[in-house]
Amino acid sequence: MEIKIALVGNPNVGKTSVFNKLTGLNQKVGNYPGITVDRKTGHTKINDTLKATLIDLPGIYSLQPASKDEEVVLETLFDPDNKYFPDLVVVVAEVENLKRNLLLFTQIKDLGFPVVLAINMADQLTVQGIDIHPRMLSEKLGAEVVLVSTRTGQGLPELKQAISRYAQADTRPVLDLTSVDADYFRSVDYKTWLSRSQGAHFEGVTVKEDELTPSDIKRLQQKETVKRYQVIQNILKETYSKDASKATGWQARADRILTHRVWGYLIFFVIMLLVFQAIFSWSAIPMDWIDGQFARLSAWVGAALPEGKFTELLAEGVVPGIGGVVIFIPQIAILFMFIAILEESGYMSRVVFLMDKIMRPFGLSGKSVVPLVSGVACAIPAIMSARNIENPRERLITMLVTPFATCSARIPVYVIIISLVIPEQTVLGFIGLQGLVMTVMYFLGFLAALLGAWLLKKVISATTRSYLLIEMPPYRRPQIGNVLNTMVEKTRAFVEGAGKIILALSILLWFLGSHGPADTFGNAEEMVAQNMEVQHLSEEELQDEVEGYKLRTSYIGMLGSGIEPVFRPLGYDWKVSIAVLTSFAAREVFVGNLATLYNIGSQGEEETRIVERMAKERRPDGSPMFDLATGISLLLFYAFAMQCISTVAIMRRETNSWKWTLIQMVFMTGLAYVSAMLAYNWLK
Amino acid sequence: MKLHELKPGQKAVVRHLDMDHLPMKLIEMGCFPGSEVELILKAPLGDPYYLRIDGMPLCMRKDMAMQVHVELLNYGIHGN
Repeated sequence: MEIKIALVGNPNVGKTSVFNKLTGLNQKVGNYPGITVDRKTGHTKINDTLKATLIDLPGIYSLQPASKDEEVVLETLFDPDNKYFPDLVVVVAEVENLKRNLLLFTQIKDLGFPVVLAINMADQLTVQGIDIHPRMLSEKLGAEVVLVSTRTGQGLPELKQAISRYAQADTRPVLDLTSVDADYFRSVDYKTWLSRSQGAHFEGVTVKEDELTPSDIKRLQQKETVKRYQVIQNILKETYSKDASKATGWQARADRILTHRVWGYLIFFVIMLLVFQAIFSWSAIPMDWIDGQFARLSAWVGAALPEGKFTELLAEGVVPGIGGVVIFIPQIAILFMFIAILEESGYMSRVVFLMDKIMRPFGLSGKSVVPLVSGVACAIPAIMSARNIENPRERLITMLVTPFATCSARIPVYVIIISLVIPEQTVLGFIGLQGLVMTVMYFLGFLAALLGAWLLKKVISATTRSYLLIEMPPYRRPQIGNVLNTMVEKTRAFVEGAGKIILALSILLWFLGSHGPADTFGNAEEMVAQNMEVQHLSEEELQDEVEGYKLRTSYIGMLGSGIEPVFRPLGYDWKVSIAVLTSFAAREVFVGNLATLYNIGSQGEEETRIVERMAKERRPDGSPMFDLATGISLLLFYAFAMQCISTVAIMRRETNSWKWTLIQMVFMTGLAYVSAMLAYNWLK
Repeated sequence: MKLHELKPGQKAVVRHLDMDHLPMKLIEMGCFPGSEVELILKAPLGDPYYLRIDGMPLCMRKDMAMQVHVELLNYGIHGN
C-alpha cells in the first residue's frame, strides 16, 4: 500500500533535512503551475507493507497565507482532489522554538488530518539546556510526538513507526473555536472559517453567507491566533522547560561580533570576497574543461557524420549551444554551495540584519544583498537566488537590477578596451590608472543597480506593505547532505528552466552568424580573391580574410551593418556594431568576434595581438578608431546593457513574465545607449 | 512606552499592538499582549532590531517596533 505524506513546518526547522533523510536521493523537484515555488516529492518505505510518497511543502509560519509559499500549502491541504492531498501530515518542529512551531501544528491538526509531530535537532537538547517530555506532550496534543535529529539520525526509525500508525490517529481539534467567539463558531468549523477568512474558494467547502466585515475577520483571526498560543503555552508549561543561562554563551558573543558596526561589515566584506574568489578560481578549471570537451565533441561530430546541413547544425549549432548551458554549471553550483552554507550556518540572517537599513531607501531589503553581490560572478545564479525574498515587489526590483552588477563575462571586454584607451599611468604615485578605471566600472555597476532600484521603486506600486520579520536562527554547523542537495537542485532548475531558451537562442545566433546570401557569403573565397591583393598573403592570412568576409556577409553581419546607423552616434563602425550585437550570445564573444573581423582569428587570440591590431584601426578620416571617446562609450554600453540571452532566459523563468523581462531589456539597453552616446559626443 | 524605546538588554511585556498598521504575521511569530520581549541588539545603523520574544529570536524594523506598546520590566539587567 502507498500513502501520501505532506511535510509541513516553519522555515529553519530542518524540514528539508528530514525530507532528505527519509527519501535519500529518491526525489524530484517540480514547479507549482505558474509560480516559482519548488515542489519536491520523494519516495520512501515506511515498513514492509507500507510505502509512501513524501511531499515537501514550502516552509511557512501559519496557514493564513501571506506569500505564494503559504498559498501553495493551503491549496494542497484543502482540496481532496489535489494530486498531493495527503493521508497524513508530518509537522516538523525544532527543540528551541517549539512554541512558535506548534502554532502551525495546531492549525494543521484542526483541519482534521492525522498528524505526527517530529521535533528536530534533538541533539541540541543538552547544549541548549532544554527538557522535553515527549510522552506527556503527545497526550496533550493528541498526536504522536517523535524527537529526531537529522544530524545524528536519532529518532528516524521511530518517526517511521509513528507514521505507520496513521490510521489510528486522534483527529480531534486542539483549539475549541467557540472559545474565540461562541456565537460565530457554533455552526462554523475550522476549515470553513479558513476559507471564509481567506476570501478564497476551495473545492468541497461551502461558505455560508454571514455579516462579518473585513475588520471583524481580522479581529477574529488575531483572537484565534492568540488563543492558540495560550493553549500551546499551557501545554508547554508542563512538558517543556529551558534553562536560559545555558542557551546563550558563545552564540551571543558571535552575534555581537558578526553584527558589529565595524567588524560585522568587515567580516561580511571578506566573506563575500572569498566567495567570489572561489567562484572565479574554482570554476575556471571545470569551465575550461567543459569548453574543451564540447569543442572536441563538436569537431568529432563534424568529422564523424556525413557532410551536410544536418551535421553542420549538430556540430556547430546544437553541440556548442548545449555547451553554452553546461558551461554555467560550475559557477551556479559553487555559488549555491556558498549560499547554502551561509544559510544553514545561520549567518545569512545576520547579513540581512546588517544590510537592511542601507538597502531600504532603494526599494530593496536586506535580503536583496546576496543576489546583488552574487551578480558580480554571474547574473544567472544571482537572479535565481532572489527567490527567498518574500515581498513580491522587493523580489522583482532585485531581479530587475541584478544584471547591472558587473558579471565576470564582462572582464575580457573591459580589459581589452581599457588597455586600448586608458594610458598606463599611475595616479597619486602608486595607483595604476587602468586598474582604477576597472574599479570604477565595478562601482558603476552597483551604482546603476541602486539607482535603477530607486527608480523602479517609484514606478512599481506597492501592493502590500513592506515589512521585515525574520527569525535569527542559532548558529549551526552546516550539514553536507543539505548543501549538496541545494547545489544539485539549483543546477537542475537552471538547466531545465533556462537551458532550453539558451539553447534555442544560441542555435538561432549560430544560424545567423554562419549563413548568408549565396552570392556573397556563399562565394566568400572567390570574392576575397577578386577583391584583394592576395598573392602575397600566406595560407593562414588568406583563411583569416575569408573568415572575416564571411562574418561580414552573414545574416548577422548584414544585421550588424544594417544596424550601424543606430550605433553611429555612439562612435561604432560596422565592425564594432557586429561585435556588440553578437556579444548578446555571451559577453566574452565580443573579443573573439572582433578578432575574426580584424582577420586575426587563426593566429591566436592573445589579447596583446588584438590590442595591437585594434590600436592601428583607423576611421575613414585617418583618426584612430579606438580613441578615448569610443572606448568610454563602449565601456559604458557594456556596463549598462542587458548582458546576454541567458540572463533574459532566466528572467523569463523566474518572473514568469515576458512583460518584465522585456521592460528590463529595453530599460537597460536604453540606458546603455543614451549614456554611451552622451559620453562619446562629450569626449569627441 | 513603545518597543523601539527599549535599550539593549532591557526586558518588557507587550501590552498592546496597533493592529491597524501591523501584519498578522507579527502575532503569528509570537508577539502579542502578554509576551515578554527583550531587546538584544540594534543593527549598526539603528535599525532593524534583534529581539527575543518569549525566548524566541526575531528581527523587526523600527517602524514596526514603534507600533508595539510595552511595559518595562524593572528588574531589567540585574535579575532574571
